[in-house]
Amino acid sequence: MLLAAGSGHSAGPLGMADIFAAFYFHILNHNPKKPLWKDRDRLIVSNGHICPIQYATLAYAGYFPVDDLKKLRKIGSPLQGHPHRGAAPGVETTSGPLGSGLAQACGVALAGRLDEKQYRTYCFVSDGEQQEGNTWEAVLFAGRHRLDRLTAVMDRNMIQIDGNTEDIMPLRSLREKYEAFGWDVLEIDGHNIREVIDAVHEAEAIQTQPTMIIAHTIPGKGVSFMEGDYHWHGKPPKDDEAKAALKELRTLGDRISSE
Amino acid sequence: MAPTRDGFGEGLVRAGERDENVVGLCADLTDSTRMSAFAEAFPDRFFQCGVAEQGMATVAAGLGISGKIPFIASYAAFSPGRNWEQIRTTISYNDSNVKIAGHHAGISVGPDGATHQALEDIATMRVMANMRVIVPCDAIEARKATEAAAKIVGPMYLRFGREKTPVFTTNTTPFIPGKAEIFWKGASPKCVIFGCGPLLHNALVAARELKKKKIGVVVVNLHTIKPMDEKVVVDLAKQCGTVVTVEEHQITGGLGGAVAELLARGHPTPMGFVGMQDTFGESGTASELIEKYGMGVDSIVEIVKRVVDKK
Repeated sequence: MLLAAGSGHSAGPLGMADIFAAFYFHILNHNPKKPLWKDRDRLIVSNGHICPIQYATLAYAGYFPVDDLKKLRKIGSPLQGHPHRGAAPGVETTSGPLGSGLAQACGVALAGRLDEKQYRTYCFVSDGEQQEGNTWEAVLFAGRHRLDRLTAVMDRNMIQIDGNTEDIMPLRSLREKYEAFGWDVLEIDGHNIREVIDAVHEAEAIQTQPTMIIAHTIPGKGVSFMEGDYHWHGKPPKDDEAKAALKELRTLGDRISSE
Repeated sequence: MAPTRDGFGEGLVRAGERDENVVGLCADLTDSTRMSAFAEAFPDRFFQCGVAEQGMATVAAGLGISGKIPFIASYAAFSPGRNWEQIRTTISYNDSNVKIAGHHAGISVGPDGATHQALEDIATMRVMANMRVIVPCDAIEARKATEAAAKIVGPMYLRFGREKTPVFTTNTTPFIPGKAEIFWKGASPKCVIFGCGPLLHNALVAARELKKKKIGVVVVNLHTIKPMDEKVVVDLAKQCGTVVTVEEHQITGGLGGAVAELLARGHPTPMGFVGMQDTFGESGTASELIEKYGMGVDSIVEIVKRVVDKK
């Protein structure tokens, strides 16, 4: 996908692949044939730059043909470089500019409460966007209004475009911050699908406040030369790199689908 | 005399009574934006956001894509002043059904000084695709505009003032979003004045003064800046031959800018611009500032005369 597009982000999507698979194939109450079904669980992806993995997961879940994935970032395509609501089925909201997804998820969760709906609202956020003020306004809001049907998952991969998060702008203890603002916090291995599913179920049991699941992930997971290297945050592989990466991923591929 | 924010407060309660999907969000300015009446009437549909305009806009975006009709209220200097990108991406591009109520707009907020005098908000809102912009001229029109906003699906910016200003429309004065209304029609008009907001009253007083000087003008309430009533604007420009715009906003990018862009495409016409002349304001009373910064009746008369004489 990224090779055909010629631009885009490599590390984040690979690091979140296991979590996306867990959500679309195990957790979400959804219907790919009815993407606007009113009672569906909502998944808001705040860190829109990782959309290649969302698009791939949506395609394999049946929202649109897998062939369409080649249209990523092409003119006239539903697969915009950063996701846009209404463009591709299954994309709940527009995102890309960091820090605005969690607040939108608060609004979606609040609407569900007002309408007495049973759906749950999930929001994927990155660790880099914990540097955005907008994120913390949402954290305060969700705590203040006790949005218990809101569960966020943070891709704690320790990198951002310019380097490692703790070098660029240290985030320090995210658990303590969220707890202080009235959230329940769980920490998991983001590559262990069982842990992802268990944590979501645990969050469902918490009926007094929102939950943040801090998922420790490895950026570029599954591709040895990308893993943990922030240089792969915002660029696509070249032709030979893509071949090598796909070979590595394919030899591990069964691990995900057999889970 | 009544501030246009009063009309917003009343209109929002009415909109809330009519449609249970109407919700209100405020960033710690509930009373001064007059959202307090809605908060009292519908406590379950009012959400305090704290001093967090970016959060307020983005939470509203989420509500708006989930079937709700959120109104967000703060001072225009902060919303849409501070949260412009959130409005652009999550409300406008997302086509989320959010109504942005910008209060204490213009220089007439007075003593608070230039930090609180939003003079750029019409420009920064109208430039966004999907966004509609309405500037009511008095408290009654503000009430009608607020009620109408709840019925129109899609993002909208509504602009309100703090000060008590003349109420010169009535419950039966026509108000249709997107439709310009002629409020004064002089004999053999040589100039058409397009105005919005409470300053429209000054334009009407100026029209009376100009009549005494044997200069006939037409005064139009151009409350909807986007989408603009293009036919009426172009037809009146053709008929009168000169145009003056009146707004409590920078003369670039707002009502005047919008009219100039339209006429440049359709019917280039000599224009005069009443508004802030590329400068910030300062502390003072509303009337002192309106006079000092060239938006008083005398200034309007002077600019109309100059444009008409030059032609």
